[in-house]
Amino acid sequence: MKIKKEHIRNFSIIAHIDHGKSTLADRLLELTDSVAKRDMQQQILDDMELERERGITIKAHAVTLCYTQDGEEYELNLIDTPGHVDFNYEVSRSLAACEGAVLIVDATQGIEAQTLANTYLALDHDLELVPVINKIDLPAADPDTVAKDIEEIIGLDSSDAPRVSAKTGQNVEDVLRQIVKLVPCPEGDDDAPLRALVFDSVYDNYKGVIVYVRIMDGTIKPGDTMRMMATGAQFTVVEVGKMAATSLNPSDKLSSGEVGYITASIKTVRDARVGDTVTTAENPASEPLAGYKKVNPMVFCGIYPADGADYEALKEALEKLQLNDAALSFEPETSGALGFGFRCGFLGLLHLEIIQERLEREYDLDLVSTVPSVIYKIHMRNGDILEIDNPTKYPDPAEIDFCEEPVSDAHIFSPPEFVGTIMDLCQERRGVYKGMNYISSDRVEIAYDLPLNEIIYDFFDALKSRTRGYASFDYELKGYERSDLVKLDVLLNGSAVDALSFIIHSDKAYNRARKIAEKLKDNIPRQMFEIPVQIAIGGKIIARETVKALRKDVLAKCYGGDITRKKKLLEKQKEGKKRMRSFGTVEVPQEAFMAILKLDEQ
Amino acid sequence: MKGLYIHIPFCRSKCPYCDFYSAIYNKNAADNYCLAIIDEIVTNRRTNEFTENADLSFDTVYFGGGTPSVIGSEKIGKILRAARENYKISENAEITVECNPSAVNDKFFEDIAKYGVNRISLGMQSAVDGERRALGRTADKNTVKAAVESAKKSGICNISLDLMLGVPNQNTETLEKSLNFCINAGIKHISAYMLTIEENTVFFKRRDKLNLPDEDEVCEMYLKTAEKLEANGFYQYEISNFAKNGFESRHNLKYWKCEEYLGLGPSAHSFINGKRFYFPRNTNDFINGKKAVFDDYGGGRDEYIMLGLRLTHGISDSEYKKLFGEKIPESIIKKARDFEKQGLMTVSGANISLTKKGFLVSNYIIAEILQKIQ
Repeated sequence: MKIKKEHIRNFSIIAHIDHGKSTLADRLLELTDSVAKRDMQQQILDDMELERERGITIKAHAVTLCYTQDGEEYELNLIDTPGHVDFNYEVSRSLAACEGAVLIVDATQGIEAQTLANTYLALDHDLELVPVINKIDLPAADPDTVAKDIEEIIGLDSSDAPRVSAKTGQNVEDVLRQIVKLVPCPEGDDDAPLRALVFDSVYDNYKGVIVYVRIMDGTIKPGDTMRMMATGAQFTVVEVGKMAATSLNPSDKLSSGEVGYITASIKTVRDARVGDTVTTAENPASEPLAGYKKVNPMVFCGIYPADGADYEALKEALEKLQLNDAALSFEPETSGALGFGFRCGFLGLLHLEIIQERLEREYDLDLVSTVPSVIYKIHMRNGDILEIDNPTKYPDPAEIDFCEEPVSDAHIFSPPEFVGTIMDLCQERRGVYKGMNYISSDRVEIAYDLPLNEIIYDFFDALKSRTRGYASFDYELKGYERSDLVKLDVLLNGSAVDALSFIIHSDKAYNRARKIAEKLKDNIPRQMFEIPVQIAIGGKIIARETVKALRKDVLAKCYGGDITRKKKLLEKQKEGKKRMRSFGTVEVPQEAFMAILKLDEQ
Repeated sequence: MKGLYIHIPFCRSKCPYCDFYSAIYNKNAADNYCLAIIDEIVTNRRTNEFTENADLSFDTVYFGGGTPSVIGSEKIGKILRAARENYKISENAEITVECNPSAVNDKFFEDIAKYGVNRISLGMQSAVDGERRALGRTADKNTVKAAVESAKKSGICNISLDLMLGVPNQNTETLEKSLNFCINAGIKHISAYMLTIEENTVFFKRRDKLNLPDEDEVCEMYLKTAEKLEANGFYQYEISNFAKNGFESRHNLKYWKCEEYLGLGPSAHSFINGKRFYFPRNTNDFINGKKAVFDDYGGGRDEYIMLGLRLTHGISDSEYKKLFGEKIPESIIKKARDFEKQGLMTVSGANISLTKKGFLVSNYIIAEILQKIQ
């Protein structure tokens, strides 16, 4: 039975990380019988193993809930949004597909950085907000204060805000009532040319790309020729339908106001990018929906197979991941030190970590990665401007006029007692103070301009550890600023190891160089000869350590006749050697690369 | 001829550095255990899968532990008698018993000499009392001396002392004292081991608190030990072993020469008819008749090289040819020449061996060499 447009509600749930978004979504699914109890596992919308483990949503998801209230049937389309700043663009497209958003605030934590960031994002899209106060079952819950904060800080009437425990299910039904009451029904003209917003696309082995859309105008049905307005690609629609929690339910057509999926034997998600507009070739729309942009990677690093023989396997794995991740870019590169690998581009550090983890886990690859880099703009004396995402391409300093680096507009939210600590941290990271704003008696917003290359370098971990997890953080690329950059080279036994080079602000070069030299000294096993570890800027050595020659590596004891044990020990030693990279005569284990990535800044 | 190893898994107390399999001695357990060893010697029921077609003739017998002396001379005698009655033990067999110097006396040595024991190995570890105490050894230097004298009096002149290098509080001066003690004790053999901190030992738990000499110092100690002992007639024949001419441990040489041996008792390993097998570390299982477990096929090129390079003699073309029907591969010799340039190996004619400096990094070198045969 077709639901009247007046009975459709399209909404998202927005929240700061850990405020209970996925748990509330689970309860809504249960309450509307959208999922059989036996299929119910915690956080059903987070279907990637990694998502469940990290407690964050990486991809957007959508599900249609059937809800009956006072004898009337409603179709509630929940469009889940990714929960991390790296995926801001995807969040914005998900929100563009909705008329309303449930704003969850943790009754014990109050308003956090992403609560506000997401709220502003939702308001930018003209969404009706449904505030919900969660975790009222916890002893530390203070729903009255949180309700007051919502009114004062966000300016949202929270007198009717449901106070729920998504964990126990208490009062969750009220959330459904409020959605029906507050979120407007969609508008749109069924007879106009098709315009459908792609808010997510997922590659499926059987169906090809499943394109998740919100139909703004018109209708689409199997057999139509769909056209992607940004890329111009055309496909014959095979199937359309609605998303249930654990399956897809085909239907005969999708009409304006509805949320659903389209399949059309599309081979890669790059042909159906998030934000693009779908129309039909038969009756094309004249204007695409606003807001499409191609997301560009901001963070880059070289990824190499630990064992050179795995190059093809790594390539295949990256290709497969890219089928499902339009933001991931990669191109082959060669390193003197690491052999054949790929220069990969990511939306941010989390995106990078996720891809690395998936490569290692799902594709069982051992990887060596280089230090992450951002894109620097190098202005040459001859007037050329080079954009460099790889330190090995850094030109001769004598030919450089000046450099620019990307800077972000960063906002940190924290209890006031950590303001000093946070300012110290931002200062260390070359931040430029922009302002401070007491948003409530126990919440301060601190604004800084922070160079992006300082953020990608464990900033988030440092912030969390120095504020005992209380501070939250949000950033957005602001632009490029002139900066005094240098390239550091690492020399082992006199020869430069290209994979260990990186670009850094000159003020930090000495300190960092010293730490890297120490780390390398500790992580390169002693070999038969002494190995000088040097860090240089151009031809000038600014730090030096020495890995002493190996003197003792012997099994003195004979363990009676247990020859097998001895053999195993030697085999382990042989295996260990396989995992090492040879640089000239020096052998460096993978751990040494890792150690440089994880320099402790404290 | 094979070697016979009997493991005695009992000690008066557990030394903090030791990870060999042993439990605290109690008479009841020791009685049952010796019966089980004799039962195995008589019936072969725990090892028959491996020994069925084997010729059980032995020209060495070695009681190791644990502390074999703790079970008393009488049990050692009974086990030897069972072995003579059921296996073939050569007339001139080398029969060794490891002893704790603090718990032996004239009577013990007279008895075991009577049963045919002709070699003893004393767990001295250090001649400096303070160092020995840190190692959990109760006997003082004079007790060790007395044990040596008492063994000699009984006619057992083939005596070995254990010495440890790199133990807590040790330095080159204190080592000198231990070396002098060994040289002047009138013994024939010295095993000088560098201490390894093994997991599952008290030392491992306390490793950060131990006052251990650093790696470079230990290397100096090792080289000094070799130099001083050789200057006094104890020739190094293996990484950790030194002997007067003709007094090398014939039993231990079997391990390093890939020869065959049968090991009885929990944690004891055997190598017979190309198969390596062992008894898991559980005394009750052994008593209850649980069978030995297959470990791996042995006797291959890798083992010959790995074990042979532990010996001063090293590996040779003639032995390699006898065992594997071919000469030592050129790639190995080439690699060995690289190490020779660094003073770590000697390549002379058809013989490859490690130098003393090479012994110190033998794991590294052997791993490199082994890569050439796969």
